[in-house]
Amino acid sequence: MAEIKSAAIKKTKRPELDEGGMGYLQSLPRRVVTVYLPLLVFVIVLLFPFYWMTITAIKPNHEMTDYANFNPFWVVHPTFEHIRYLLFDTSYPGWLLNTIIISTAATFLSLLAAVFAAYAIERLRFSGARQVGLAIFLAYLVPPSILFIPLSVMVFNLGLYDTPFALILTYPTFLVPFCTWLLMGYFRSIPFELEECALIDGASRWQILVKIVLPLSVPGLISAGIFAFTLSWNEFIYALTFIQSSENKTVPVGVLTELVRSDVYEWGALMAGALIGSLPVVVLYSFFVEHYVSSMTGAVKE
Amino acid sequence: MAVSSAAVQPRPSILSRSLSLLADSRNALGFGFMLPAAALLLVFLTYPLGLGIWLGFTDARIGRPGIFIGIENYQYLSDDAVFWLSVFNTLLYTISASILKFALGLWLALILNQNLPFKSFFRAIVLLPWVVPTVLSAIAFWWIYDSQFSILSWALMEMGLIDHRINFLGDPENARASVIAANVWRGIPFVAITLLAGLQTIPQSLYEAATLDGASRWQLFRFVTLPLLTPIIAITMTFSVLFTFTDFQLIYVLTRGGPVNATHLMATLSFQRGISGGQLGEGAAIAVAMIPFLLAAILFSYFGLQRRKWQQGGGD
Repeated sequence: MAEIKSAAIKKTKRPELDEGGMGYLQSLPRRVVTVYLPLLVFVIVLLFPFYWMTITAIKPNHEMTDYANFNPFWVVHPTFEHIRYLLFDTSYPGWLLNTIIISTAATFLSLLAAVFAAYAIERLRFSGARQVGLAIFLAYLVPPSILFIPLSVMVFNLGLYDTPFALILTYPTFLVPFCTWLLMGYFRSIPFELEECALIDGASRWQILVKIVLPLSVPGLISAGIFAFTLSWNEFIYALTFIQSSENKTVPVGVLTELVRSDVYEWGALMAGALIGSLPVVVLYSFFVEHYVSSMTGAVKE
Repeated sequence: MAVSSAAVQPRPSILSRSLSLLADSRNALGFGFMLPAAALLLVFLTYPLGLGIWLGFTDARIGRPGIFIGIENYQYLSDDAVFWLSVFNTLLYTISASILKFALGLWLALILNQNLPFKSFFRAIVLLPWVVPTVLSAIAFWWIYDSQFSILSWALMEMGLIDHRINFLGDPENARASVIAANVWRGIPFVAITLLAGLQTIPQSLYEAATLDGASRWQLFRFVTLPLLTPIIAITMTFSVLFTFTDFQLIYVLTRGGPVNATHLMATLSFQRGISGGQLGEGAAIAVAMIPFLLAAILFSYFGLQRRKWQQGGGD
């Protein structure tokens, strides 16, 4: 455990020692023009929609559309009216709860399947393991956009239409390949010798997996879990197709289909809905950002 | 000599027997361990994929299983101007968004690879557009692109750059540009962060050596950074192209394919015909028509991976 931790620290520290090795050759004005200014523009453009979302969510209606008297970039009398409306006068809390339940269940189901699959492919090396690994990778490349029509037929025939199970069982189609691929990379970094020692001591494969491999791959499990949770939280097309009744909808679908009425757009409530719906993944992500970035880059490097 | 070989004789057979036993149990164990994932994927991925291809050859509607009608759906689609418009839109959307994402993402990655204060902070906030649910950020863009109260129109008018409001989503050309811009906004972080990871694996000593040889900044980029980054660029862009090509959410939120089908992608058209219109067979046929393009992208990725192995000098 300590070894792997220190290896991970080294991994993150190394580029910091390397980076900007020749940075001293650049003068400050040059750096301002080539680095800081473009970076500033990037950050402003990438973050502006979030600022705009937030400011609209707390802006009273009369300020929102009156650009002549109020500067739209600021809010004079912040209000929680939109958020109150969202939480108490709409089904939003129910959608949040649905999304949490569905994402959690789909994540656990996928992680469970992915741990076994990744371990089997990476360490049991059964005949055809490489081909199965490739098949899993190809499965990740099959997009939901070409699966939703046949899946909707299946979901209907199985009697799962308009139930959370329709989503819990279909989300693993993209979660399992992704988590397996990520965990395969992680398992590969665990030294073989540890498993060999355990085998000599008479441990079974099951014991090795549960007592040696899994405790060592907690960081990998966390990042796979976060990824899976975020992906299921963000999923849209299946949730749009398989869920009909308002009380079973997830946040992205609910906000789009129930809060938007044809006559008048409740921009404040919409933005509050978008903001609150984004918060859980952002908070989750900010806690584990280092895991997230390193495993994302790791998954691509594999 | 003869005695010793006789004494040794039984051992290989026991060894080979136990080895084969181990191999057997290995396969049996492997099968057992693969079972949950394989069951999930076979039932909910492989089977629907086949079912989708089958549905493309039927006249299935919602609530009515179809009968086999051969390639009638495809014949109908080949005469359908809206379908070909959606193919054109999808290609335009994918190509222009991918080029922009690649150029801007690479630029951002190069900036973030510099020695910056608060580097990890910047890296974290830059990823935000990618983390937040697409539908929810698309709703924010919907409000930004509002025909009456667009903040962009207002800001540009205040600056005196334009004299009337831009009709972002109402005009075909503007709508195409607007959805591409929103897609690029969401896609830049992924490209930037993965390319940044690739940049960090390039040893600094190569740059120092090239500088000593008198390489200019452009030459450093062209002859050191780019060749070493090519494998990761290939993979990242394949994923990016794949997800852009099959995009659905952004269009569904911003325009639903309008105005006059100018932003209909194949995925949104498939949804409109298959689910909203109830013509499952026709919708499935449109989805199946996406597969050749996806295969091309996957082959591209495969050769990208091959090249990486070759570059590392390994056969595996």
